[in-house]
Amino acid sequence: MRIRVKFSKTGAMKYIGHLDVMRFFQKALRRADIPYALSGGFSPHMQMSFAAPLGVGKTTTGDYFDLDLSADMPAPEIGRRLNEQMTEGFSVLEVCEISEDKASKGMSQVAAADYTVFFADNEGFAEDCIRRYLDQPQILVMRKTKRREEMTDIRPWILSLSADEGAVHMRLSAGSVQNLKPELVVESLAEFTGKKISPFSFRINRDDILAAVKDGTGDRYVPLGAVGVHRV
Amino acid sequence: MRKLALDDEILLRVEKPERYIGGEWNAVMKQPDNKMIRIAMCFPDVYEIGMSHLGIQILYDMFNRFGDVWCERVYSPWKDLDGIMRERGIPLFALESQDPVKKFDFIGITIQYEMCYANILQILELSGVTLRAEERGEDEPLVIGGGPCVCNPEPIASFFDLFYIGEGEVVYDELLQLYRKHRADSSDSTSALMSAGIEQTAGAGGRWKWGRLAFLREAARIPGIYVPQFYDCSYNEDGTLSDFHPAEEGIPAAVSRQLVLDFDAAPYPEKPVVPFLKATQDRVTLEIQRGCIRGCRFCQAGMIYRPLREKHLQHLKDLAARMLSSTGYEEISLTSLSSSDYDELNELLEYLIGICKEKGINISLPSLRIDAFSLDVMSKVQDVKKSSLTFAPEAGTQRMRNVINKGLTEEDILSGAAEAFTGGWNKVKLYFMLGLPGETEDDIRGIARLCEKIAECYYDTVPKEKRHGKVAITASSSFFVPKPFTPFQWAPMNREEEFLDKAHTVLSEVRAQLNQKSIRYTWHEADVSVLEGVLARGDRRLADVIEHAYRHGALFDAWSEFFSGEIWQEAFAACGLDPYFYTARERSTEELLPWDFLDMGISKSFLIREWKRAQEGRVTPNCRQACGGCGCREYGGGVCFTSAGTESRVSSDDAGSGEGGRLS
Repeated sequence: MRIRVKFSKTGAMKYIGHLDVMRFFQKALRRADIPYALSGGFSPHMQMSFAAPLGVGKTTTGDYFDLDLSADMPAPEIGRRLNEQMTEGFSVLEVCEISEDKASKGMSQVAAADYTVFFADNEGFAEDCIRRYLDQPQILVMRKTKRREEMTDIRPWILSLSADEGAVHMRLSAGSVQNLKPELVVESLAEFTGKKISPFSFRINRDDILAAVKDGTGDRYVPLGAVGVHRV
Repeated sequence: MRKLALDDEILLRVEKPERYIGGEWNAVMKQPDNKMIRIAMCFPDVYEIGMSHLGIQILYDMFNRFGDVWCERVYSPWKDLDGIMRERGIPLFALESQDPVKKFDFIGITIQYEMCYANILQILELSGVTLRAEERGEDEPLVIGGGPCVCNPEPIASFFDLFYIGEGEVVYDELLQLYRKHRADSSDSTSALMSAGIEQTAGAGGRWKWGRLAFLREAARIPGIYVPQFYDCSYNEDGTLSDFHPAEEGIPAAVSRQLVLDFDAAPYPEKPVVPFLKATQDRVTLEIQRGCIRGCRFCQAGMIYRPLREKHLQHLKDLAARMLSSTGYEEISLTSLSSSDYDELNELLEYLIGICKEKGINISLPSLRIDAFSLDVMSKVQDVKKSSLTFAPEAGTQRMRNVINKGLTEEDILSGAAEAFTGGWNKVKLYFMLGLPGETEDDIRGIARLCEKIAECYYDTVPKEKRHGKVAITASSSFFVPKPFTPFQWAPMNREEEFLDKAHTVLSEVRAQLNQKSIRYTWHEADVSVLEGVLARGDRRLADVIEHAYRHGALFDAWSEFFSGEIWQEAFAACGLDPYFYTARERSTEELLPWDFLDMGISKSFLIREWKRAQEGRVTPNCRQACGGCGCREYGGGVCFTSAGTESRVSSDDAGSGEGGRLS
């Protein structure tokens, strides 16, 4: 059996780095006595994969990991047990069973992510600013990859962008092929509108991680948690 | 939601913000009311090191069992945050409540190694606490120290209000009871002011009914509690101590070590705090016994934790299961001195293998004597191809090993190695010391020759077709630092250049061996070892040196990237003290030593006897073979009463009276 766990990480837990989040959940799974499956070898480990790592400093209300089990356990039971093992700031939101074939691995399904950016001054950006920003034929930014810095047009990767009081909502391409960081969009948006932004004047929450589902009209984005078999 | 002491901007600027946010699994949160006694338990090094320390976890658990006590944790802020806190005047805070430490009732500091002394001052200064105990105001926290280094507390004595000598599980109850009696009534206590968020003004209301000194005076009478400011000392012209005595009536002349006799009843953290960060010891730590029967003459721990006290097998099994399920760790390790001496080790390991296997939990073995049993266990819990064997011969020749009373013989090492090589191992680690008392050129070169013999043993034992490449021998030397309460407490210590010459002698001898390509040789820093030696056997005058060094940038001296020998040299010069006075001379057994007023259980006459036997190259049997008459039988428990050794003594003229030389 393979399960998909949706969790949130808020408050002080935003300072916990990705590797430590993994280690935290591994310990929580052992404390909760979840029948996790083990790999072979001399140091067997859990078969666990996170959909997308989240940088230190960001909160999330929609991150996911998949886990292989060695025995069946009802998804609600897993959720209940895990929530007894969470520190303040971590919470398990949803557990569902997913198919065990390769294609349904969380990481490979990731196509986009939703973010909300909150601004400390509560001002954010006006609606028409955002419209003009999006109307540009190209949005060139200097983007750092593992190997080099390069000018990249990020416009195609901004799937949606909107604003309300003090916050900006965005849906950005995510995953292993095209991954756009929300802070890059904030910086480029600020530059476009001439607004001064310091690195600590806004905070970012990941609202959900999405998979692309093909239908008649093209790609439709659905939360990773909606791809499962049994919802909780 | 908990409010953090540091804001976003700071936490995202510093390395590893997880060090400062608390909120870990099993961290204890309480609602402080005005009666709550607040304790900041501090390990003066970075979080990942401090969180790995068992002693703090034991005390944290013990204190938090009291309903009216909230014990929280404090570690040294790393250099980046240290700078920010100084620049912006941010006071040091405890991890759980994130409240400033300055308002706490106690700051407890565990002192595990000499190289953290500068960090003790960092903790006090960042907290806003006056460095010198005698100058501290009525309303400042009480600073209490404990841990192995306090068996010579003198170099840091003036920074502490109190020291707790011995094992923490014993008399803290009594100290807290005394504190409850002495502190001001709750209506105007610090806690009330604190929970109301009111800044306290000195003097008004205040912490005490009868003042800080009245409390300390009474505390000094509790066995095991040492209050340095109630003792005076004077010095001879040659710099040695001439006199050390209580400064007033009613203060005991000797302070005696406290120890646990009944471990089944003693507190042990069944729910240790589980850090988010990967700590240095990121696992369940199960202490299987305390003390050691071996009596290696260089080893302070082997002397000051006597007698050996084993925990019951069933108790350990229960603890192991409970701690694994309360933490979710993927690894458990056994800890103690000389773990192979634990009587029921086989049964314990079998039980652990049983409960850990199906859950994929690793067992990390302590260093065991290499024999058929330990090799069998090792092959069950580790990957033979990746793991290495560890031997600690400590010295290169049998003569030298007799001097230090290290029971391991060359034959033990070679037969153990042969057995291991047959079993598939081909990596060996060896630990040695250089600068041991009476060391000769032959002993020094003997290190390289022993490595060569082990290498040859591999090629003799394992036929060519069964070898997995070359044998890999890693030998490392540390420099011997004489420590208080060991038979070598009178011994001279080498200077830096002598140490380095010796290390180079070993290296050239290694290069002269047939199998030199299979042997890697490394050694420790010599200047750090010398400073450790000064602080280990120093006296009260060193407080000025420590403060001077701290004021000029000494911090995290245990970290080689931060240690600066120059800062310390300048500090010694500025204070007019010669570091080699403390290390390089051989002390007479007649000399009054700065730590002589402490009664650690082990008698001075025993130590003198052992010092003489060392000079004669005579070994002393371990506690199970024969009682050496060290004086610890007085405690009335442990190995002194459970083994055959209690029947025989090391011949009466030899052993003398175990009690002689005890001060109490």
